[in-house]
Amino acid sequence: MLEALQYEFMRHALLAGLLASVACGIIGTYVVTKRIVFVSGGIAHASFGGVGLGYLTGISPVIGAAIFTLPAALVMGLVTRKSRLPEDTAIGVLWAIGMALGIIFIGLTPGYAPDLFSYLFGNILTVPASDLVLMLALDIVILLVATLLYKEFLAVSFDEEFSRVIGVPVETLYLVLLALIAMTVVVLIRVVGIVLVIALLTIPAALARRFTHSLWRMIVLSVIFSFIFTFGGLWLSFELNVASGATIILLGGIALLVSLAISRLSRRPLAKTGMT
Amino acid sequence: MEELVKLEDVWVSYNGLPVLEGINFSVGENEFIGLIGPNGGGKTTLLRVILGLIKPDRGRVLIMDRPPGQSRGAVGYVSQKAPFDRSFPISVGEVVLMGRYSRAGLFQRYSAADKQVAEKTLKMVGMWEYQNRQIGQLSGGQQQRVFIARSLVTSPRLLLLDEPMESIDPAMQTEFYELLRALSRQMSIVLVSHNISALSIYVENIACLNHRLYYHGSKEVGPEVLEATYKCPVQFIAHGAVPHRVLKEHKEPGD
Repeated sequence: MLEALQYEFMRHALLAGLLASVACGIIGTYVVTKRIVFVSGGIAHASFGGVGLGYLTGISPVIGAAIFTLPAALVMGLVTRKSRLPEDTAIGVLWAIGMALGIIFIGLTPGYAPDLFSYLFGNILTVPASDLVLMLALDIVILLVATLLYKEFLAVSFDEEFSRVIGVPVETLYLVLLALIAMTVVVLIRVVGIVLVIALLTIPAALARRFTHSLWRMIVLSVIFSFIFTFGGLWLSFELNVASGATIILLGGIALLVSLAISRLSRRPLAKTGMT
Repeated sequence: MEELVKLEDVWVSYNGLPVLEGINFSVGENEFIGLIGPNGGGKTTLLRVILGLIKPDRGRVLIMDRPPGQSRGAVGYVSQKAPFDRSFPISVGEVVLMGRYSRAGLFQRYSAADKQVAEKTLKMVGMWEYQNRQIGQLSGGQQQRVFIARSLVTSPRLLLLDEPMESIDPAMQTEFYELLRALSRQMSIVLVSHNISALSIYVENIACLNHRLYYHGSKEVGPEVLEATYKCPVQFIAHGAVPHRVLKEHKEPGD
């Protein structure tokens, strides 16, 4: 693995893994605790519309996703909260509309759409420097907003009704959170791909939750787990010559299942009483 | 006596079905009111109107002479069943600090003063030693104490409790009523409950709600009122400090 670091694409891949871990560790914690996994899946898939837009207009598909996914997430938030449609129905509809737009846009693009597969399933080995800069910028925004609004996000994630009573701007914060999810999706597209984004938003946080009863510790642990999975998955995929995105996810999935099996066998939760 | 809550001819409906019909309701300073009525009778809706979470279709609502929702911090609220996920990663101390949000404000961290108030309040409800515990690890009664502490950290003048006894072990309920009685010396309390006999010991006034407010007055509620409220015969058991009660004659509001 060390000799692999002499290659620029390998250094880029590691950096991309690190940037992805910061974003999905922070936001994944909220996705899991606030139970908005399905909304996040919807936003992730709707971002395909942006990838298509990127191909059609000739700008990079990742930039296209960044431009498209943010308003898509806000529409998702407004429709799920304000329309008469049940929340899961609204998510299912917008999820599919986003993907359908992507297919149409790519169909309208003259010629062949190169690397389409890598946006759907990720390819951490082909991240260009320009995407790394975008990922870094999004990471900074996510980190800043999550730090400034820590107490607000904790309140609305734990008890939305009480938050509303004490005057927390619940609806606005929900939209801010969805916007952060949209940014995280863009950061993760290169690493694991649109289809697998939801796994990096859930697996590290779900695993971290088993070791702590504190939200910020859960965030820190999620970032660490994410990095272990991206780094380990990258190394395994390099050694075994298989797809990197899928290897990262499978490694995380196996770690979570093993952790569940161990606590099942020992019949007690991993986190001990009073450990905060 | 100043009226903390004043509802005049309040109507609320969900999907065309009326839940509250012409409610006139008021809460005075340091009053302890028990709110009873059947399920679906609108008890929670009434509390949500007072909190400003529901806008009535018709009628006037004034909370401390202001529209509801503008007296944040002055109204404490403990909801019916903790609508939270028991494994949520939050400690008892963090739950209580949340109540100080309206004092801390957006973007600000909780101050040392906020933490001192949280500590003092947790000690008052006897839960300080659990401050580092994850909330889901406590029993139902302990959790209710924490949620009451959370609603008290802004020193409210009015405390609204929606069936707080449901999740409490019957053996612990007396202790809990004593806590409420102590609190009622410093603030007004509206307590929604099913337990009419316990209410009759601790509260001063009772309101019977089933879409309409059937009764609102001193706690010597007659069986006729309860029957009218619940639309079925109710056995009224009076026990406790007073061996037997003289029941006042039932009068329909507006008669």
